[in-house]
Amino acid sequence: MRQVRISDDSLALACGADAVAAGFVAAGWTVERVSSWGMHWLEPLVEVDGIGWGPVTPARVAEVIAGKADDLCIGPVADHPFLAGQQRLTFARAGKTRPLSLEDYAATGGWMALTRARAMAPADVAEAVIASGLRGRGGAGFPAGIKWRTVADAPGAEKFIVCNADEGDSGTFADRMLMEGDPFQLLEGMAIAAHAVGAAQGYIYVRSEYPRAIAKLAAAIVLAAPLLAPFTVELRVGAGAYVCGEETSLLNSIEGKRGEVRAKPPLPALHGLFGCPTVVNNVLTLAAVPHVLMPQGASLYASLGIDRSRGTMPIQLAGNVRFGGLYETSFGIPLGTLVNGIGGGTASGRPVKAVQVGGPLGAYIHPDRFDLPFDYEAFAAADALIGHGGVVVFDDRADMAQLARFAMQFCAAESCGKCTPCRIGSTRGVELIDRIRAGADTPAGSVEALPQMHNARKTGRGRADDVDLLEDMCETMQYGSLCALGGFTPYPVRSALHHWPEDFGLAGSRGENSDGL
Amino acid sequence: MDETADLDGIIAAHAGRRGALLPILHDVQQRFGCISPAAEARIARALNLSRAEVHGVVSFYHDFTAEPDPQPCIELCRAEACQALGVEAMVPAAQAAAGDRVRIKTVYCLGLCSAGPSARIGDALHARLDEAALVKLVQSA
Repeated sequence: MRQVRISDDSLALACGADAVAAGFVAAGWTVERVSSWGMHWLEPLVEVDGIGWGPVTPARVAEVIAGKADDLCIGPVADHPFLAGQQRLTFARAGKTRPLSLEDYAATGGWMALTRARAMAPADVAEAVIASGLRGRGGAGFPAGIKWRTVADAPGAEKFIVCNADEGDSGTFADRMLMEGDPFQLLEGMAIAAHAVGAAQGYIYVRSEYPRAIAKLAAAIVLAAPLLAPFTVELRVGAGAYVCGEETSLLNSIEGKRGEVRAKPPLPALHGLFGCPTVVNNVLTLAAVPHVLMPQGASLYASLGIDRSRGTMPIQLAGNVRFGGLYETSFGIPLGTLVNGIGGGTASGRPVKAVQVGGPLGAYIHPDRFDLPFDYEAFAAADALIGHGGVVVFDDRADMAQLARFAMQFCAAESCGKCTPCRIGSTRGVELIDRIRAGADTPAGSVEALPQMHNARKTGRGRADDVDLLEDMCETMQYGSLCALGGFTPYPVRSALHHWPEDFGLAGSRGENSDGL
Repeated sequence: MDETADLDGIIAAHAGRRGALLPILHDVQQRFGCISPAAEARIARALNLSRAEVHGVVSFYHDFTAEPDPQPCIELCRAEACQALGVEAMVPAAQAAAGDRVRIKTVYCLGLCSAGPSARIGDALHARLDEAALVKLVQSA
């Protein structure tokens, strides 16, 4: 009897992997369900004795069995150029193991780091993470080891490890792939963190839009419980609120409250879940930890990357891109290499117009800045952010003014309402963009005429005034908001406005009032 | 009454759990298709919270509804990555196919951003939709 390997990752399923698997079963083959390699344009990808075919449809299963279907054959999967160019640490097992097999996990080096960490003094574990240079992979990029040391040193009878698995950014799916494909690695990372800070209990807060990740994690927690003990992990499911990806909102949500952000300070490291010192780390941060705790792991990790961005980043190529999927590599790779080289340009074959990096709150980057290296500081210096490593490609049909409007509208829909710049600014931002796009002047207003508005201008506003007002409001949101939702929404809005003013119906050469990008 | 017994059973199943409100609300939404004012009141009493506190939480999250929705529902991703692949242009045709029978709910990201546009019906995921595939999906909902 012949055996075939097919992924059971959500994306493979959404592309019809179950029907393809059923085709092989009907032909008398055994099917092994593994994690996804991350070559998403090839899903459903089937693998027989290391040779891959994709994307396979049920109608073509017979051809694959007969060794035909040459047009789908990619040869040895592991040698595929997309994979060969990567440096996979966090996703080292992707495509190779059965996600819920403790046997597969242990056979590929699983639990070795936990055993090693538990033989070390807790403070030394945090020091190893500091030495590795590992920074939070969720967006802000705060050094993970420093956070751990803060929690370890904080007074408190009880401490918690919270995994932020509320990956709500469009264009990102690395957390989902890891939770579905290699859940034990995440649990091992959490257990190591627990040892480092002295926590007995951990929570994984995962968004409800990921039902398969939830099911896989729930099963993995039960299977791994004896190995994690005395550390215990509880799964919490979100309820459809983007802002709960913000760490303080997430803590409120676990506590059973509205997912409103908390003002910082106090930092969650000192006053977090249920008022106790708490480590809040993203899925990818915690999943990177086992590599750091292997012998020489910290120095190996620190040797990868550039400047202060150390190690590898799982980059997600999404949107209108020809070779979409997961690409893990050291920091420093130029954005243009990712988009046009590895990603193969647009799926539509049309010219790339813009690339949004870092989710819905990330800046739109013009192709003339494709030299930007994938690096926290380089992006920050260019008024952009890496965020969670999502890269969304748009072709020349994209309407950047519409996308800027969408950013404000998204912020208005998802604002928790706690702070004024985000709650009110986002709605006013939608109105302003509409007015600018419509090309209409704002008449001498009915609002401004009210006696209590005696400080407001009495004349109407032209479009240039509205643009100034939008810029002004973006600044207020950026510096006045309590969290990244209101604070970062100006990134997509201003970058669209500065680089593609013609989409807003504004004359003037590109970059006229640009500040950086 | 059965419903009250079911509700009390759900509350009891989470007794002693810290931050039990969200897990309870998920179970209630799942079991009854909504979280009614009566259920809010009963949960509030059991957890020693005010009605306002529970209502504030229920109304904050998109997943919880005050009334059951008998319509079949398709969740269509309209976030940036799916927009880059032209989902917005497909919406009118999908709406026309849905008519009054099917509810098209917007979601922002199903995590299938490298193979959009995507949609979800129940726990079944669908990717690489074009207009014809989306319309067919709406009709099958």
